Amino acid sequence: MNTFTYYPGCTLRTKAKDLDAYARASAEALGITLEEPENWQCCGGAYTTAKDEIATKLSAVRTLNAAKEAGRPLITVCSACHNVIKQTNYDISNDEEMAAKVNNYLKLDEAYTGETTVYHYLEMLRDVVGFDNLKKKVVNPFKGKKIAAYYGCLLLRPGKALAMDDPENPSIMEDFIKAIGGTPVIYAQRNECCGGYITMEDKAQASKRSAKVMDSAQEQGADMIITACPLCLYNLKKNSGSDLPVYYFTELLAEALGLKEANNE
Amino acid sequence: MNNNLKEQVLRSSGVNVLKCMRCGKCSGTCPSYDEMEYHPHQFVYMVEKGDIETLMNSKSIYKCLTCFACVERCPRNVEPAKVVEAVRLAAIRKQGNNHLIADNIPEMLDEDLPQQAIVTAFRKYTK
Ligand code: SF4
Ligand code: SF4
Ligand code: SF4
Ligand code: SF4
Repeated sequence: MNTFTYYPGCTLRTKAKDLDAYARASAEALGITLEEPENWQCCGGAYTTAKDEIATKLSAVRTLNAAKEAGRPLITVCSACHNVIKQTNYDISNDEEMAAKVNNYLKLDEAYTGETTVYHYLEMLRDVVGFDNLKKKVVNPFKGKKIAAYYGCLLLRPGKALAMDDPENPSIMEDFIKAIGGTPVIYAQRNECCGGYITMEDKAQASKRSAKVMDSAQEQGADMIITACPLCLYNLKKNSGSDLPVYYFTELLAEALGLKEANNE
Repeated sequence: MNNNLKEQVLRSSGVNVLKCMRCGKCSGTCPSYDEMEYHPHQFVYMVEKGDIETLMNSKSIYKCLTCFACVERCPRNVEPAKVVEAVRLAAIRKQGNNHLIADNIPEMLDEDLPQQAIVTAFRKYTK
């Protein structure tokens, strides 16, 4: 019952190994089994909203269908993967023409039309484990630590497809922070974009955006900032010019669960 | 006015540009406002007028961050980001018009840059 299909995504296999390793170790400690589908492909990093694009959506459908065939919900952890997979699932459920074109190409044994339930790892913590239960398993609480949750854009928007939380006033990461014993910091830029892939095109723009986010968190007294997205982490660390520490939420989770040497004293 | 291109952008985006009431909220919330020559509400309006080539030739199409802020915050559910995307696709689908070339990638890399950035930039800038 507590076994899920788990999609790590390409970045978690390379530059964001920590995000993945701590996610797996913590899931195990919480009694959740994560099973990776065989031969998954990179989701492409960004959902192409255009209706006349089909090829770019296929890898996400293959992942969704692998979970369907395994008869399990799908868990993602990278914000970008999650966004691509959720938007694909939303469109294939609601846009018959897109579903027809995709299925016409894939020739699956049974057409895929949005059957899989997708949880972001944070939703798994909230809806499957429960933050109250999580709290009971914490051995190294982040007592007195002021932690700023950075949602960025991809975890929440478009709200009708992502449906994780209120896109303008989210609380899931703050509730997570409370569960691991920290004090959440609310700041204006928590759900505004860090600049994302524009770092490839225009470093100055990425610096401007990510500095805004970091300054906003720092002004509210944050000791650290947490994210689920490898690209957010990169921009906030390397492009912002700020020295506020940035961590993956899974690293804090593992630390709180005693799976990592505590440095939260 | 280029009706063929207009038709293509409308179909590809799936957006009904006539729903826009020109409140400017999308542009007000756009994190790329300063970097864009044409702002999201102008994309919607110019597509309605059929003035697509001006947009296709503007750097603005490469400045959108796909943050979906304009989609979330538009009071009329116009989804301007989908128009920006459709115009960008119309531009990069032209032969020889890729905005990002694989040969130029190595000089953009540093040891911490996540794959995600490269994959996403390719998806956004190249056909
Ligand atoms: S979002 Fe990124 S990390 Fe996730 S699979 Fe897709 S490209 Fe790779
Ligand atoms: S990398 Fe930036 S663009 Fe991506 S989710 Fe994070 S905030 Fe948004
Ligand atoms: S927010 Fe919506 S209605 Fe207002 S200008 Fe933008 S697209 Fe038009
Ligand atoms: S999706 Fe693009 S146009 Fe819309 S608010 Fe974000 S950066 Fe601006």
